[in-house]
Amino acid sequence: MSNSYFVDELVEESTTQTTPERKKRLGVLFWICVVWLALNVLGAIFANVLPLQDPLYQNYSIINAGPSLHHLFGTDDLGRDIFSRIVFGSRVSIEVSLGSLLIGFGIGAPLGMLAAYRRGKFDSLLTTFMYMFLAFPAIIATIAVLSFWTPRSLLKIIIVVGVASIPLVYRVIRTATMNIATKDYVIAAKVQGATDWRIMGRELLPNVAPIGVSFLLIGIASVITLEGSLAFLGLSVNPPTPSWGNMINESRTILQQNPWLAIFPSLALCLFLLCLNFIGDRLRSHFEVTEGKL
Amino acid sequence: MLMGIIIVITVGAFYLIHLLPGDPAVIILGTGDSPANKAKLYAQLGLNKPIYEQYFVWMKNILHGNLGTSFISETPVWTTIKGAIPIDLELMVISQILAFAAAIPLAMRSAKKPDGPLDRVLSAGSFTLLSIPAFIAIVLLVLFVAIDLGVPHTGPSSYVSLGSDWIGNLESLALPSFVLALGSFVVYYRVLRSDLIATLQEEFITMARSKGISQRRIMWRHALRPSSVALLGTAGVNIGGLLAGGFIVQYLLDIPGLGYTLISAIGYSDYLVVQGIVLVVAVGVILINFTFDFIINIVDPRISRE
Repeated sequence: MSNSYFVDELVEESTTQTTPERKKRLGVLFWICVVWLALNVLGAIFANVLPLQDPLYQNYSIINAGPSLHHLFGTDDLGRDIFSRIVFGSRVSIEVSLGSLLIGFGIGAPLGMLAAYRRGKFDSLLTTFMYMFLAFPAIIATIAVLSFWTPRSLLKIIIVVGVASIPLVYRVIRTATMNIATKDYVIAAKVQGATDWRIMGRELLPNVAPIGVSFLLIGIASVITLEGSLAFLGLSVNPPTPSWGNMINESRTILQQNPWLAIFPSLALCLFLLCLNFIGDRLRSHFEVTEGKL
Repeated sequence: MLMGIIIVITVGAFYLIHLLPGDPAVIILGTGDSPANKAKLYAQLGLNKPIYEQYFVWMKNILHGNLGTSFISETPVWTTIKGAIPIDLELMVISQILAFAAAIPLAMRSAKKPDGPLDRVLSAGSFTLLSIPAFIAIVLLVLFVAIDLGVPHTGPSSYVSLGSDWIGNLESLALPSFVLALGSFVVYYRVLRSDLIATLQEEFITMARSKGISQRRIMWRHALRPSSVALLGTAGVNIGGLLAGGFIVQYLLDIPGLGYTLISAIGYSDYLVVQGIVLVVAVGVILINFTFDFIINIVDPRISRE
């Protein structure tokens, strides 16, 4: 339920050098998850081209209908097609998570690498500063800023969530880089007289990247959850634009008449999160095994 | 460090008002926009002074326990907050007791036979639960469990205060506590399980086994304490997060704690209340984190010696 757990585990496992004997193969489930995520992303990209019904078209002659051939997942209280609203709704989740993590990684990751490589005063000042922001949950800061910074828009949500994720990215990347910076091959490169940029680009980056990628996946899951929570508080995109969060929120008032309206978007969201968490988890143990073999 | 964080928080909370587009006074006052009110707000926030002076005016008021007076409900902000805090504390205590009571024994069972059938079921289950956000858990629990079972006091405005009827109060908190406990349980279970497995391979455990100490005693007296450092660290972060994550649970189930108050204040554009709650919650989270750091040092003195 809380993705902060994964973050802590990531930081911890990358600090301790224990490499537990885990399965080396990624497994069938891993690939099922990858395919599912790919389908979702493709659906979001090509939602306009796909033979879907208009997600905003209201047909009052069939409100609150159950699943049928014509409306795969049924219709909502305004007669809109739930299936097409879910496909279009995934756009908001995917846009917000990719956009904000672009900000988070774009700023947090280089700073984290630089701080871990340079150390000294730059590192200790920056780290103290970042940890101050880490100390309180991002959700409070996000809610606070979004409720004052009116009028709301998707771009503002992306900026606020992105800035809030910078300290988290910074911490993960810094810890990972620090472990690698002390390895023999980095020291060897230094002795050979390689420039700082070369060491960071050729020695550190390829080894930090796998940890970064598994954190990115878990980060996407956290941001999607956060966007869902914001939608519940009325701080995300405005209706009638569908998002998974605001579909589930809208379903609350008519739960008993039309349970499908709650069930399908919830399933879509949970499956998406489950796949992200699972892939992130698998990748992490996979890369650690290969790192141990080196 | 603690002072630094508090300063960052206060500056942040103070600056929120200035994110409002246009003249903050006009927006904050909303319908109560009379010249007298405007003068009062300007004096209270020092709005005609330079911005750094405004901060000091605001800080001075806060240190005197004055978070301002809402121009919408016309009650002091602190009175509103003070009324909501006990509800948050009660929710937190109940949910944490439930979470630890379930997580510790189950983690021990799993750690006894890692990759055994019980461990596999529990691990897969906990992984799935991690992917269910609290707001979905609530909607589905209300839909499938609470309505069918007729759990009393769930649904709109069904909260019963502790003072008036304590059984009714517990009943009305049952569903929110359960959801919060579930979220905490999953995290605690996973953290404790992996640490217990590592601890059980240590030599002092083999030693204890060879002395013939019972399995139960080894678990509770020998293995639990050294394994609980990460658990306590996680608990600190998690309980702090509950203050924030509990927002949605409170809002969805109409429990008038801080989260519910915050969200309705956002709805009414009652900016001074929003600012006050953000400040109180942020300081609360920091204090919880520092308390847990302190507890960890007592449980494992090796950490502070490093």
